[in-house]
Amino acid sequence: MMLLTCPWCGPRDETEYHYGGQAHVAYPENPSDLSDEEWAEYLFFRDNPKGPFAERWSHSAGCRRWFNVVRDTATYEVLEVYTNADPRPVVGSPAGGSR
Amino acid sequence: MAKLLPEHPAWLWRDPEPKASYDAIVVGGGGHGLATAYYLAKNHGMTNIAVLEKGWLAGGNMARNTTIIRSNYLWDESAAIYEFSLKQWEQLPAELDYDFLFSQRGVLNLAHTLQDVREATRRINANRLNRVDAEWLEPDEVAKVCPIVNVSQDVRYPVLGATFQPRAGIAKHDHVAWAFARACDAMGVDIIQNCEVTGFLKDGDRVVGVETTRGRINAGAVGLVAAGHSTVLAEKAGFRLPVQSHPLQALVSELYEPVHPTVVMSNHVHVYVSQAHKGELVMGAGVDAYNGYGQRGSFHVIEHQMAAALELFPIFGRARLLRTWGGIVDVSPDASPVIGPTPLENLYINCGWGTGGFKATPGAGWAMAHTMATGEPHDLNRAFGLERFVSGALIDEHGAAAVAH
Repeated sequence: MMLLTCPWCGPRDETEYHYGGQAHVAYPENPSDLSDEEWAEYLFFRDNPKGPFAERWSHSAGCRRWFNVVRDTATYEVLEVYTNADPRPVVGSPAGGSR
Repeated sequence: MAKLLPEHPAWLWRDPEPKASYDAIVVGGGGHGLATAYYLAKNHGMTNIAVLEKGWLAGGNMARNTTIIRSNYLWDESAAIYEFSLKQWEQLPAELDYDFLFSQRGVLNLAHTLQDVREATRRINANRLNRVDAEWLEPDEVAKVCPIVNVSQDVRYPVLGATFQPRAGIAKHDHVAWAFARACDAMGVDIIQNCEVTGFLKDGDRVVGVETTRGRINAGAVGLVAAGHSTVLAEKAGFRLPVQSHPLQALVSELYEPVHPTVVMSNHVHVYVSQAHKGELVMGAGVDAYNGYGQRGSFHVIEHQMAAALELFPIFGRARLLRTWGGIVDVSPDASPVIGPTPLENLYINCGWGTGGFKATPGAGWAMAHTMATGEPHDLNRAFGLERFVSGALIDEHGAAAVAH
């Protein structure tokens, strides 16, 4: 079981959280302008790296707030935890992890 | 006594050095990759081909799955390829001259809620229209097929009935891989292990070969059959796939006398259980929610599936867990596979099988071989191309997949 640190509540077991997949996928600014290919990209295609991955987690059994984590999908090491208000860290940066 | 296993085989295939060039290369030496190579050689006469495997043969999901074979899927396109596969399974031991203990002991898909009952009934009707054997069993009939299932009605999620596919079953997965490998080798296919593809040789948008840890290899056609690592390869080639890699865990108990005569799956309580020939109870459940390549998952997922198993099978109360493990499954948005061309010429893909690829090994290999040999999809995989994510013609099998994605 992973130990994730909620920015508001502190370190809690993985079972308190809900996974939200890739972070920083914005809703299209002008949805009506999108082609079928662009809609497919938005709806169905996500990054799936083997390595550092910026992803969303919700502290669903705690404060119920969403936040972002950069986690290595090969080692499961948590590299960064940050809120939506924080600047996006450089993905892949091993330094400054709040593990 | 449990039935004796086949003898561990002596070397069934050569260990060749890679040649400089092949007519076709299959990337991935698991079940699907070996089946693809087998049908390329057998159906299409292509014997100057190679299977490249980054680790050892059939050491990924082929070694890690729970070996359930069935074809009771909902939609016509799925029923076609899974039922085609099941028909192949029925005669492959003879065709490959290898008894890999395909045991048609049937599968029960339990219904625990009114919605389950409705979905199951609908699926039985759809199966019958596609000539897939399927019947509805009431709880007392479930108990006759599998006496150890708890069908009492005073539990949290009572068994309200089940679908039953008598022709479903299990097989010895390792032996399936070795059977295909031996047959491939006999037809001249080079099976090259410890050979990881690190890049693609391109002439414009046309793939003409691969870079590997054992050197550069030219190829007329390249097929990616790499399951959980499909997107890693696609990224190297320069295109995206609508799949996400998740850990999927399974476990076995210690060896017991035969107590479980069939295969039981429950979507709602969420566990699937069979008993291997050797005697282990083999169980699995849903994927770990997060993306992962670690071939391991979180223990609370195991706890959850053990709780489900105990709810359904009180007799397992004193069984001991022997071993748990994980594989990396490539989950697609509609719980259906992707088999077909890619945006790059001469490069083909078979992926997205998620939690259910083992049962489709022969059909996937057959369709992928046809696609690679002719450049055109087979009728079996025409509907399973990447273009369905643009057209919206998804093939939603989340119900019949029977594993939470």
